[in-house]
Amino acid sequence: MSFPWANEYKPQAPLMQWLDEKLPLPRFVYNAIGAGYPVPRNLNYMWNFGVLAGFCLVIQIVTGVILAMHYAANAGVAFDSVEHIMRDVNWGWMMRYAHANGASAFFVVVYLHIFRGFFYGSYKAPREMIWLLGVVIFLLMMATAFMGYVLPWGQMSFWGAKVITGLFGAIPLVGEPIQTWLLGGFAPDNAALNRFFSLHFLLPFVIAAVVVLHIWALHIPGSSNPTGVEVKSESDTVPFHPYYTAKDGFGLGVFLIGYCALLFFAPNALGHPDNYIPANPLSTPAHIVPEWYFWPFYAILRAFTYDFFFIPAKLMGVLAMFGAILVWFFLPWLDRSPVRSGHYRPLFRKFFWFGLIPAMAVLFYCGGAPAEEPYVMLSQIASLYYFAHFLIILPVVSAIERPTALPYSITEAVLGQDEGSVLAPAAVPHSA
Amino acid sequence: MSDHAGTEAVLPEGGEGVRRRDFINIAAVSAAGVGGVVTLLPLISQMAPSADVLAASSTELDISAIAPGQAIKAVFRKQPVFVRNLTPAEIAEANSVDVNSLRDPQTLKERTKEGKENWLITMGVCTHLGCVPLGAGEGEVKGEFGGYFCPCHGSHYDTAARIRKGPAPANLQVPEYAFTSDTVVKIG
Repeated sequence: MSFPWANEYKPQAPLMQWLDEKLPLPRFVYNAIGAGYPVPRNLNYMWNFGVLAGFCLVIQIVTGVILAMHYAANAGVAFDSVEHIMRDVNWGWMMRYAHANGASAFFVVVYLHIFRGFFYGSYKAPREMIWLLGVVIFLLMMATAFMGYVLPWGQMSFWGAKVITGLFGAIPLVGEPIQTWLLGGFAPDNAALNRFFSLHFLLPFVIAAVVVLHIWALHIPGSSNPTGVEVKSESDTVPFHPYYTAKDGFGLGVFLIGYCALLFFAPNALGHPDNYIPANPLSTPAHIVPEWYFWPFYAILRAFTYDFFFIPAKLMGVLAMFGAILVWFFLPWLDRSPVRSGHYRPLFRKFFWFGLIPAMAVLFYCGGAPAEEPYVMLSQIASLYYFAHFLIILPVVSAIERPTALPYSITEAVLGQDEGSVLAPAAVPHSA
Repeated sequence: MSDHAGTEAVLPEGGEGVRRRDFINIAAVSAAGVGGVVTLLPLISQMAPSADVLAASSTELDISAIAPGQAIKAVFRKQPVFVRNLTPAEIAEANSVDVNSLRDPQTLKERTKEGKENWLITMGVCTHLGCVPLGAGEGEVKGEFGGYFCPCHGSHYDTAARIRKGPAPANLQVPEYAFTSDTVVKIG
């Protein structure tokens, strides 16, 4: 894509000219994340998280490939091989902590990236495909993270695998055969561990491929921006490089401070002590919880305690949990408002800050709490609001809301005036 | 033979609009399609339990040492199985319940073998999300109904291992088993 005023790639060195003729890879990079990509001039720091998510994927792939050099995916030795990495392998402790906390960091930035999209309406036309691909990436991330958590073969690994594959057992008739097929046995064992390792290695590269599609789809309409007003003229944009490479670089520095603080000073803060006990198929830990990034969805799973018409509670919980993410696929068509940015949508903004965010916070908290009152009831109320927000509130709000006045252009929003908008009406009295 | 055998076949034959090339096209694509689908079978089937896993799918147990009121945990298909020697009081308690009031209505008789009603053999896998309930080991909590109690999400099972309270949808599963003698039972 590009706007007509985008800088053109002009290689100076003969080698680069030769390469440009044979394989224009530098031109591709220049146009994708270089000076050849014009970006709205008003992006705020919420627009940093895409680059940060890409950086996290790189951390995970680099540390993950290294860990795979020392890890053994066999139920008999997997736990010991992780301890071998922690104690014997040079810098092994750092690779493993970087990988485990890298997953947490990845989810932090991806959640912020998704909530940026929710608030600024990034999912709306003409950017629906970017959004849909983003949801696919998120689903792949969840699958990858789950299978990765099983690999150390501790108590939480084992029972997490059992509970999550047990979800498929809730499907009527074919559920149990599917569960047995997924595990390659009647309970998690060597077969399950091996296939999880194989897929855990593969999926990040699938994610990387979908990320390429995500960015490709982004470059067709270009980046959105905090006003939600589309780019009109050259004065609305600046080249990605050096303006946003610099801004993203600053954000990356801030991110790395937080990530390193976690990695070096509290590497087990987000983990569970139970996972340092080797897997024992005959004893269940008293309190099974997934990693923090799954808590909101785990709370929805457990919110269904009664049969719903003819659907058993267990199956209903499973359907609701998957539905909570699948509903995102329909978001571009549920929110009908032509105004993208929450800045200009007073009613939407209230439901966002005082509805969706508190509901997600409650679900997050309850997902990590034991399955007892009052947490069960709180998750039920929050789950109800969560689905109502997407399926009822967003369509109704977008139909009845009166948005506030949009700026004429990004330039006007930034500078207070835009020559383009001033000249058009001013020309009328002159010609009269 | 023509030099242009490839293009000659483009002409319709017999005025029916069906060309020899169409036939070859459909036949080739169908064969490739069927071949492709058949290739999927081994790719899917390899994930099912392997022969060694299936070979370990039956267990023989000597139950002679289990006194009334005691239970043992054994392993069957890599999962815990509870073998419990019920006391007459526990049997009476299980039989005194109105079966129709249960979530998963079953009598103790239906859950045990003829003439061996004191031997309650069930999987030690909670039907909710697969945790191992407490109550089979010495000194473990047996829950409000004197059977088993799952600590994960608070399911209570009675002395016939039937679900009485909590989120689990069904009774503890009774595996296929048979008494090979008075003291040996073969599960699976």
